[in-house]
Amino acid sequence: MNYNVNEKGYYGDFGGAYIPEMLYPNVEELRQNYLRISAEPSFKKEYDELLKNYVGRPTPLYFAKRLSEKYNTKIYLKREDLCHTGAHKVNNTIGQILMARRLGKHRIIAETGAGQHGVATATVCALMGMECIVYMGALDIKRQAPNVARMKMLGAEVRPAQSGSKTLKDATNEAIRDWINNPVDTHYIIGSVVGPHPYPDMVARFQSVISEETQWQLQELEGRNYPDYVIACVGGGSNAAGLYYHYLNDERVKIIAVEAAGKGINSGESAATSALGKEGIIHGSKTLLMQTADGQITEPYSISAGLDYPGVGPMHAHLFRTQRAEFISIPDQEAMDWGLTLSQMEGIIPAIETAHAFAVLDVRRFKPEEILVFNCSGRGDKDLDTYIDYFKL
Amino acid sequence: MNRIDQKFKEENTILSIYFSAGHPNLEDTVPILKQLQAAGVDMVEIGLPFSDPLADGPTIQESSTQALRNGMTTEKLFTQLKGIREHIHIPLVLMGYYNPMMQFGLENFCQRCQEIGIDGLIIPDLPVEVYQEESQDLFNRYGLYNMFLITPQTSEERIRYIDKVSKGFIYMVSSASVTGAQSAFGDVQTEYFQRIQDMHLNTPTVVGFGISNAETYQAATSHSRGAIIGSAFIKFLENEGVERIPEFIKSIRS
Repeated sequence: MNYNVNEKGYYGDFGGAYIPEMLYPNVEELRQNYLRISAEPSFKKEYDELLKNYVGRPTPLYFAKRLSEKYNTKIYLKREDLCHTGAHKVNNTIGQILMARRLGKHRIIAETGAGQHGVATATVCALMGMECIVYMGALDIKRQAPNVARMKMLGAEVRPAQSGSKTLKDATNEAIRDWINNPVDTHYIIGSVVGPHPYPDMVARFQSVISEETQWQLQELEGRNYPDYVIACVGGGSNAAGLYYHYLNDERVKIIAVEAAGKGINSGESAATSALGKEGIIHGSKTLLMQTADGQITEPYSISAGLDYPGVGPMHAHLFRTQRAEFISIPDQEAMDWGLTLSQMEGIIPAIETAHAFAVLDVRRFKPEEILVFNCSGRGDKDLDTYIDYFKL
Repeated sequence: MNRIDQKFKEENTILSIYFSAGHPNLEDTVPILKQLQAAGVDMVEIGLPFSDPLADGPTIQESSTQALRNGMTTEKLFTQLKGIREHIHIPLVLMGYYNPMMQFGLENFCQRCQEIGIDGLIIPDLPVEVYQEESQDLFNRYGLYNMFLITPQTSEERIRYIDKVSKGFIYMVSSASVTGAQSAFGDVQTEYFQRIQDMHLNTPTVVGFGISNAETYQAATSHSRGAIIGSAFIKFLENEGVERIPEFIKSIRS
């Protein structure tokens, strides 16, 4: 079986482009050009140079010695938290802004939940001197004041999404409406492997640098270019897509996806889409999503703002349905505890999203000779207030 | 003959009204339909509310959210519309997003539409290619027309393709925008209306988005077979109530 997108934009049963006709010209322009542009030597050169000199790539593949000893297995951390702006998100925004420029666009819009993708977008817009408008749920603006300030400092305009539940999904709706209203000069930088085709594939390709580096780094460190497991947290799923990408069709590598259980899968306050979601359409993509029996999209919950998206990228829905990946969900409490554990055992304060992935070590057993690669997708600076509140630091 | 085709045969200019089912009040659906028919409206689009209506502007979003809060569901709407054809003879179109229809079960949805006497569907997030692949056969089997949108950005080649697939009418979006009322149309829109008119499509075109008063209605219908009013009607309903619907219709056609 092939786990990449097919020529029609589907991953098995999932994906596609369920978009209003008003969006068709924009999405079609992108679909017709994204592969060609990203394959151009001049594009690749500019992208690679920016990743190296601006983002700080390659990021280290770090052998976590103390953690490995404690769990009696070989644990590597792909240090995406060391990227400029503090997470993997910037890999995608660099790629997309170069794409936007080659498509002749000069106005950039984006959605953001916790603000990480908003910051990564505002950063590359400042870098390129382009106008930047970030849609953010009115509720999230209140909850994530430091990131709002960062975006403003970087010169972006932050527009509150006042519709619906006033969170990430509504910010995404507002960004899509903006694109409908500005069909000619604007590019929409989606932050995850979600949305209509070609977005899930384009974003996965820009994030695939994560597993591309992992391959040669493992070759150097272990004498083979593949691990036994790749493990990552999944909200929309962009950091996971990046880590899985070059191993999708390599059956020697097992894939584990970690979702946020929130206060527990059956608590009514959860973001475990694979467990709670049903097939449907969200933001132009057929995928698994959390919804009522009547097909209204519901509001997810997780203590980590980056994981509370009611859907999941179509690639991940396909990995789940075909059982290519094992999906595990981890409640708030265990994720928070892992934030502390990773800090105190390895000196790395992770984002709360990232901390979810490590909790796999408590629920699964691994053999001493097995090699595990975790995506250490983001750093915990942005979550300090949450950590302070939670642990009464 | 489908009531939509019949209507376009009988009337030169079609006035169609959109409202969100379950708004302003849950049980307003049937009273609104009766008022609209009595006021001489030619066709009605009944909006099936959705939590995430991404092609709609603030007015329709809010009416949709309110309708959901009032307790509107797909099943509830079908229950309200049961027996409606004893009173209502003008064409009825359901307009809604694809996800709630999928969750209801597409075939089940179509069957209920047919039982009630719904003539067609407008599903903004169901593109024509997906329609042909996933739902055309089903819709045909239940006698439902599916109407497609075109916009000022739609290429001539694509308009021809949509014209070929279309039945009933083509929904011509007046400008590059989400739904919402405008007080007047500019030169760009008039040129676009003229350009489409000059294409002499097989399917009648009806202009929607931004029609709010007699002036915009006139401008739209001088280049097309009809116009659809949504947001302006919803605002009127909120402010003036169901009983005063005839005044609104009169103000448009005066």
